[in-house]
Amino acid sequence: MKELEYPFDSEYVITKKKSIKRKLLENQTSYIEKRIAILGGYTTNDIKLILELFLLNYGIKPELYESEYNQYYQDAVFDNIKLETFKPDIIYVCTSNRNIIKYPDMNDTAEDINNLIQTEFGRFESIWNSLHQKYKCPIIQNNFEMPFYRLLGNKDASDIHGKVNFLTRLNMEFYKYAQEHDNFYICDINYISADYGLKEWSDPFYYHMYKYALNVNAIPYLAFNVANIIKSIFGKNKKGFVLDLDNTLWGGVIGDDGAENILLGPEESEGQAYLEFQRYIKEHMQLGIVLNIASKNDEENAIAGLEHSDSELHKDDFAVIKANWNSKDCNFRQIAAELNLLPESLLFIDDNPAERHIVTEQIQDVIAPNIGEIHQFIQNIDRGGYFETTSISADDAKRNDMYKENARRAEFRESFENYTDYLLSLKMRAVIKPFEPIYMARIAQLTNKSNQFNLTTRRYTQTEIETVAGDSDYITLYGKLMDRFGDNGVVSVVIGHKAGDECQIDLWIMSCRVLKRDMEFAMMDMLVKHCRENGISKIHGYYYPTAKNSMVKEFYAIQGFAKTFEDANGNTEWMMEITQDYVNKNEVISVED
Amino acid sequence: MAREEVYNKLNEVFCDVFDDDSIKVNDDTTANDIEDWDSLEHINLIVAVEKKFGIKFNMGEVNNFKNVGEMVDTIIKRVN
Repeated sequence: MKELEYPFDSEYVITKKKSIKRKLLENQTSYIEKRIAILGGYTTNDIKLILELFLLNYGIKPELYESEYNQYYQDAVFDNIKLETFKPDIIYVCTSNRNIIKYPDMNDTAEDINNLIQTEFGRFESIWNSLHQKYKCPIIQNNFEMPFYRLLGNKDASDIHGKVNFLTRLNMEFYKYAQEHDNFYICDINYISADYGLKEWSDPFYYHMYKYALNVNAIPYLAFNVANIIKSIFGKNKKGFVLDLDNTLWGGVIGDDGAENILLGPEESEGQAYLEFQRYIKEHMQLGIVLNIASKNDEENAIAGLEHSDSELHKDDFAVIKANWNSKDCNFRQIAAELNLLPESLLFIDDNPAERHIVTEQIQDVIAPNIGEIHQFIQNIDRGGYFETTSISADDAKRNDMYKENARRAEFRESFENYTDYLLSLKMRAVIKPFEPIYMARIAQLTNKSNQFNLTTRRYTQTEIETVAGDSDYITLYGKLMDRFGDNGVVSVVIGHKAGDECQIDLWIMSCRVLKRDMEFAMMDMLVKHCRENGISKIHGYYYPTAKNSMVKEFYAIQGFAKTFEDANGNTEWMMEITQDYVNKNEVISVED
Repeated sequence: MAREEVYNKLNEVFCDVFDDDSIKVNDDTTANDIEDWDSLEHINLIVAVEKKFGIKFNMGEVNNFKNVGEMVDTIIKRVN
C-alpha cells in the first residue's frame, strides 16, 4: 500500500490507522502468521497498532502480545504464564533511556561508573538470557537514543560522567552482545531518533502526558524500522535492483547527448551526485543484491555509458541488461524470469514517474519508490529498508557471481541438443547431509525465502532449525550443488519427522537457481537412504497450494508417489512405500553424503 | 476562524480517528459519548487535532478539557 511505503506521512498513518487496517485486510489474502510480543519500558499501545499496519503491508499477519505498562523486565525474567502460552515467534524489547535506573554522578570515580555500566547492562543481559532460554526465538532490542539535555554541554560526549558518554558506552556493550549472539537484533533508535531530529523525537511532553518515551508523531518511523527487521528475519527482503540509466545512473540522455556529454564524474556537482549514487548501488553487491538494467536505449548507447571513464558501475556488475525500446514492465518481467526470481523481489529504480507507474500498475506487488531528485536518491532508497540486513550468510557475497554463472550455463546449454548430455557435461557434484552447524543461517534463510519450489511453505527461524537438527525424531537434509561453472551453495532443504515406521515430510524446498538440474531427485534418493537406515517403510508428502508454488503441484507424482488425499482447496497428500527395488532417480549428479 | 468552521474541521478529525462517519460532535460531547474514546485514543485525537489546525496544546490545556466545547474554545484562541 502506497500510504505505508517510505516516505510515508506519519501523521496520516496515525490518524487513519483504523481505516488503513481495514483496507489492508480487504486487499490482501495470503499472509504468513506470526506471534509477536512487545515488552515495553513505556506506553506501547500505538507502537503495537502501527507495527501491525506495516507488518500487514509486508504480508505478515501478527498476533500481538503487549506487556503491562513498563513491565519489560518482570515479563522477561519472572515466570509468565501468559507469555508462555502465547509462544512468541519474535520478542521486541521496546525500551529507551527513560529506563536507565542510575546515571553517573559528578563525584563518581571511573570504577564506580564501570560498575554502573555493568549493572545496567547486566539487567538487560539477564532479560535476553532469560528470554532466550524460555522462548528460543529472535529478540529485537532497542539501543539507547541520546539524552534530551546535556548537563556538561559538549563535554557530555567525552567525559565519563556525561550522560551522552554513558549511553554511548552502554550501546557499545549492547552491540558486543549482538555480535556474539545469533538471533539478537538491535533496533537502532539512536540512529532513527537522530534522523528524525532528537529534539522533536524526545519532546518530554509525550512522556509527561502519556508516558511515551518518544514523540507520538515519530511512532510510525519506529514501527516501520521494527517491521523492517521482522520482515527481513522472515525472508521478505528484496533481492535485487532493476535500474534505469538516463537521469538515474547518470545525468542526461545518452542517445541525444552522446556518451562524452552525460553528467557523471567529479568535475561538476550533478555528475558528482550521480557518481555517489553509482557507488551506493555498487556497495549492495557485497550483500548479494543483484543488479540489473531496464533502459529505453539502443544497447550500444547503454554500454557506452557504462564504459564512461568515470563510471563506477561496469557492464560486468549487472546480471541482466535490457536496453531496448520495449515497455519497462515487459523488460522487468523478463529480467525476473531470467533470474528465476519473482518480480516483486526486485526493486524498480527510475527517475520517471510514468515508468514507475506502468511497472507498478502492470506487475502486482512491485515497489518503485519515488526517489525524488538526484541528491535525494540515496536517502529515499536507503530509508525504505528494502534490503534490511539481519543475517549475512557466506553465500550472500557470492550470489552475484552465481547469477552470472547461471547466464554462462544458459549459453553453454545452447551448444547441446540433448538435455541429459548437457546435464552430464556440467559435471555436477552434490553434498547431501543432515543439517550441520555452519549452514544453519543459510538453511533458515532458505526456508524463509523460497516461495516457488516449496511444497508446504513452512517458515523456520534459525533457532527452530537448530532444534529440529538436534532432535532424533527428525530426518534433516541439506543439499549443496557444485558444477564446472562454480559453487551454487546450499540450494535444497528437506525436513521430515518420524511417526513409527513412517516419515512425514514437513518441508521440501529448493532454490529456483538450480531448477531442472535433477537436484530434487538426488535429494529424494538420499531421503530414501536415510529412511531405510531408520527402519522407515513409508514416506508421506504434502502439497499446500499458495499463490506462488504451482510449479511443484505434481512434484510427488513425478517422484513416484501415489495421491492419497485431495480437498476442495487443492491440498494434496501423497505416499510412497520404500521397497527393495527403489532405483535411484538421479543419474547426472555425483553425490557425497 | 469562526466557531462553525472549527467544528466542521474538528468533526472530520473525530470521524478519521474513530473511523466512524456518523460521529457529530458538539459543545457537550465528552469521552463518554464516543465508544472508542479512551485514554489511549485520546492521545491520537490530540495529535490529529494539533495537525489539522497547525497548533500545539500545552499540558495544562490537554489535562483540563472537560468537553469538546472547551477544546474548541482553545483552538479558536490559538488560530485567531
